This record gives sequence, structure tokens and C-alpha cells, in this order.
Amino acid sequence: MTRKFIQFQGTPEYVTSAALQDAVNVAIALERPLLLKGEPGTGKTVLAGHVARALGMKLLTWHIKSTSKAQDGLYVYDTVQRLNDSRFGGGDVADIRRYIRLGPLGQSFASPERVVLLIDEIDKADLEFPNDLLRELDEMQFTIMETSDTIRAQNRPVVMITSNNEKELPDAFLRRCIFHFIDFPDREQMTEIVAVHHKQLDEKLLEQVLIKFFWLREQPEFRKKPSTSELVDWISALLRGGVTLEQLEKTVPFVGVLLKKEQDVRVLDRTLKAKGAPPTTWSQLGPRYSQ
Amino acid sequence: MFLDFFYALRQEGIPVSIQEWRALLTSLEHGLHRDSLDRFYGIARACLVKTEAHYDAFDRAFLRVFEGVEGALPITDALLDWLREARDLPELTAEQWEKLKELSTTDLMDQFDKTLREQKERHDGGSRWVGTGGSSPYGNSGRHPSGIRVGGEGRSRSAMKVAESRRYLGYRTDITLDIRQMVMALRRLRQLTRTGSATELDLEETIDKTCRNAGEIELEFRPPRRNDVRLLLMLDVGGTMDPYTQLVGQLLSAMKQTHGLRDFRFYYFHNCIYDRIFTHPWLRRQDSVGLGQLFRELDGRWKLMVVGDAAMHPAELLQSYGNIDHTEAVESTGLDCLQMVRQRYPRAVWMNPDPPRAWGSRSTQVIGKIFPMFHLSVSGLEDAVKTLVGARTDKAA
Repeated sequence: MTRKFIQFQGTPEYVTSAALQDAVNVAIALERPLLLKGEPGTGKTVLAGHVARALGMKLLTWHIKSTSKAQDGLYVYDTVQRLNDSRFGGGDVADIRRYIRLGPLGQSFASPERVVLLIDEIDKADLEFPNDLLRELDEMQFTIMETSDTIRAQNRPVVMITSNNEKELPDAFLRRCIFHFIDFPDREQMTEIVAVHHKQLDEKLLEQVLIKFFWLREQPEFRKKPSTSELVDWISALLRGGVTLEQLEKTVPFVGVLLKKEQDVRVLDRTLKAKGAPPTTWSQLGPRYSQ
Repeated sequence: MFLDFFYALRQEGIPVSIQEWRALLTSLEHGLHRDSLDRFYGIARACLVKTEAHYDAFDRAFLRVFEGVEGALPITDALLDWLREARDLPELTAEQWEKLKELSTTDLMDQFDKTLREQKERHDGGSRWVGTGGSSPYGNSGRHPSGIRVGGEGRSRSAMKVAESRRYLGYRTDITLDIRQMVMALRRLRQLTRTGSATELDLEETIDKTCRNAGEIELEFRPPRRNDVRLLLMLDVGGTMDPYTQLVGQLLSAMKQTHGLRDFRFYYFHNCIYDRIFTHPWLRRQDSVGLGQLFRELDGRWKLMVVGDAAMHPAELLQSYGNIDHTEAVESTGLDCLQMVRQRYPRAVWMNPDPPRAWGSRSTQVIGKIFPMFHLSVSGLEDAVKTLVGARTDKAA
């Protein structure tokens, strides 16, 4: 049995690994939610936007907060508005449908064409939240209690879920998901990623930048390791500040862009004082990085 | 072979269910793997593994089952082109580079071609590529003799390579942990109850009452939900615990960061608990509290977590006056004291920083009978927390 599938291959602006592409394609083919985990700044949230663009679908986003309820994603019955209208006269109060607002999940079901739905940071919500969504995600339909209307997905949306691992997700929920853990990019991948954001970057400068970056990430004492997005920002800062190759070899300029914790900056100062200068070649970073 | 893989995964402790296995089979039916082992690796992992903590176990199972099976890709011109473009991978060691330099590119291509042809003609098993060790750009003359790699596009690494490099070792949960992970594990340490003064508006009750009251609003309040867990921590310091100072320090700071405990206290002891425990790691008598006083102050609702390696001379545990510190001569044996503590605090666990394989010593065995013992790691801490707040265990002596 072979069917033709829409295949996600990455976009020019988003560098994916083969494993991630596979995971996305499996999720699309099996019509199951794709659960993405990974270090902050590895592009979990951005991926959904790029998948939507690559497949030519609309993107709906549902940002989860600690107060989010599964019901909010389906629909909200605006009783306060209705009460207000009934007292002060504003439209047809008898028509409850006017006061039903679909949430992101509801909209994705109701949409006439297939959409990408991003459920962002699902671990922020209550522990039971994912379980409350199980039935809706399985059957892709729900009933609005107040009007007895059933909303059924004409096209099952491509559901992507991100998690920062703050809470364990329930097993029953995990069983229904396709899972992918986004690795922190290695040296090669990182070079590609940077090339996407900064097209005309001097090769030597880039190398020094990456050496410094991976060196900082290797520091065991840091509380928060710099991530990809911070690296991209840092390069912008370096370019705007007109930092030269020589300066970069000796120090780590604009370190505040990379390190967000005061203690980490202090640790770096101490290390630099003890060692003199940051490394300038890959071999100084140890065997994992040297060619 | 396929079912072998399923059982290998389960053997490695990955809870693969039939549902997930069927998902994998469906995606194979759809041809998503595109006849490549590398793609199969990605797809199988996406379908079957649900946490990065199991990635390493998956790699191990994958290696075991598919060792020697290589990507069954048809040989095309595109493949040869790809080979021609092949650049050095950063994984090559200096030694491998030296070997490489001995061969020119043409030689290499010829040899590769030859090997392939032989392979085609012989066709044993259909999908086995035996490379000539160390003679190809992707060769690996080590344990995994996969000669020239045929698999993956562009920069993607071969599945075997990924599996073999065991990159996900760091995500295993059974190895020891950092503060944040501890805090996450300790968050489970809660039992929500409604006690205290009624300060929170009970909306449902209010609506109900108001309706019964014919629409005249009647407000109803209730006490807010609060964590009811009181935690007592006892830490072994000095001696054999010295290598774990940092770890125990991390646990302590994680505990302090765990907001929302109703009450939290910690005390120190050395090797074994005798008739008094100490408020300061220096263990001076003036900083100490007698067990009797502790028992009076903190009742059985407190949950107890003891952190120690439980390694000591049997005499310290079993003989009167066994205390290693002779200025602290105590008549009751360490074992008696431990049992008293356990009886006072039925919800108790013993966290041992030594790995479980090192729990063979006599004192560890004896103490393990009194307290449920867990390894001081992410998964161990989670289990311990479950024991503390979950159903009562019968392990009490």
C-alpha cells in the first residue's frame, strides 16, 4: 500500500536533521500529534511555523499557560457578555451560538482546509491537562454542550506540541504521540544554521565565534548555557559593534548577549583571569571538536 | 528480526506498547523509511520512544539487533556522485586520516566499485555491505566494520554511527542529577489539603447557594488548597560520604528551593543515627538535639528522608557504645536508634548515593531492611517521593 504523502524537507531558513524530518513526516502520515522536546533555543516552537509554510498550510497557535484548561482550546461560552447583552440590550440573547467562541483547537477542527496547530509549552499547564485532550485529539471532534453542535474535523490538523520538560506527561498521552528530541546542533549543523541567518560572514570570524561559543557551552560551572538563538544574536552584536578577528581571539566581547546570569559572567571572568585568553583553535576544546 | 527488535527494546526497559508498534508498522507500510536503515532508525525512534531518557537504551537495542545489517540502498549514479563529493567527517581520528592518505581517490572509488560488484554477484543475504576496513572515507576499522557507508543524504549520520556513538547517555535518568532535576523530582512531594481559614471564594458553592436563594447572592468561602507535606531530612556527613559532599549539597539546596512544603527541617549525623542528631555539619554537642526531643517536636505526620551511604563497621550498628566517636558513648545500639526513628516516622526513605550494585555490605543490608532504600538519582528520587506520599509500605520493621 503506497499513498502519496506531503513530505516535509525543511525550509531554506530552517535547518533540520534527517531524524527530525522523519519524525515530522511520520506524524503527518499517521495523523498523530508530534511531541517535541529539547533544550531551550533549539527551535521547537519555530519548527511549526516552518512546517506550515513548507506544506502551504495555515498555522494556529495555542500558547499554554499555567492556568490553561483543555476546555479553553475547544470553545469558550462567553456568559458574561450574554448577561451584559441581556441587561443592557445588545443583540439576540436567545441565540447562544453568538456567545460561543472557538479556541485554537476548535478552530483547527472547524477550518475547511488542513491546518498546522501548535500547542506550545504543554508542560506549563496542570498535570491533568494532556489527559483532558486525549479524546479530542484521538477523535478530532467534540460537542458544544450548550448548543449540542458537534464540531468534527474535516481534515485532521497537523498537531505539533512542544514541551520544556517541566512536568512529566502522562503515559496514555505519550502513547498517542510521535516523539522527537531536538539535539543541540553539533559544530557542522551550527555552521549551517548560522549561515542561514548571517549570509555574508567571514569564514575565519565565524570559526572563532563558534569556538568561543562551544567553549562557553563546555564550561561546567555555568548555570545557563548559551543557546542557538543567543549565538545568532551575539553574531549580530559582533557585526554591528565592528569587532575584529584580533579582538575576538583575545576576549569574549558583548558577553552579556550570551550569558544571562550574573554568576555565569563572574565565573567567566574568573576563568579568563586564570587562563589568560579563550581558546582559538578547535583542538583546545578537546577531542570531540577537533577534526 | 522485527519482533526481535520489539523484544530487545522491551528488554532494555523501553515500555513499547502494541499501539506504538502498530504505528511503526503503519509508517513502514506507507513506505516512509524509503528502504533505508537510517531512515528506519529515525522513524522507529520517533514512533517507539517517548522520552529522551530512553534514547540511549534504544541505541543499545538497535545496535544489538541490526549490527551488521547495512543500508540496502540501490546503487545509483547519484550515490557515486555523492561519494565523490564526500568530505571528511569530523569523527575521523588522526590515525584513520593517516590510513586514508595512503589511498588516492581513484583507488578508493575503484575499490569501492569492486566491493560492490562482488557483493551484488554473491548476494548473500542481500543487504550486507562488508567494507574493506579503513579504506574508505567513512570507514571505521573498529568494532563496526562498515567500510564505505551507504546511507543517508548529505550530512546525516548513519543510524549505526549514531547508535554507536551513544550520544544520549547524558539523558539517562538513572545517573545522578543536578539541582533543577532534583527540584522537579521533589515537586511531586505534595499532598493537597484544605485546612486553615476559609479565604477562597468557592464559586460553585456560591452559585448553588445563590440559586437556592432565588437569585439573591450568597457568598460561600472555603480554605485554599495547601501542601500538607512536612519533610525531615537527615544527612550523613564526613568519612565515606565525603565524595558525595557536592551531591548532598545540591539535594539540600533543591529541598530549600522546593517551595510549598508545609514545613522542612534538616539535621546531620555521622555514619549512623544514635541518641542525638546535629543541626550543624560540624557535629558539636552544643548544636545537637536529642532524639526524644525531636520526637516530641515533630510528630509522625512528618516524612523522613535519610541520606547516607549506610556503609559502616557492623559494630557501629549492632553493639552498645558502638558510636565511632568515643566522646559520644551511647548505650543503645545504632540499630535500635534507627528502628526507633523508623517507628516514629512511618513514612521514611533512605537515599543512598552509592550505586545499587555497591549495596552489598552487611550494614547496608541491615539498614535496607529497616528503611526502603533508593539510589540518589533522578529516578531513585522520584521513586522515593512516591513512597513518601503514596500508599503506605509494609516495610516497617
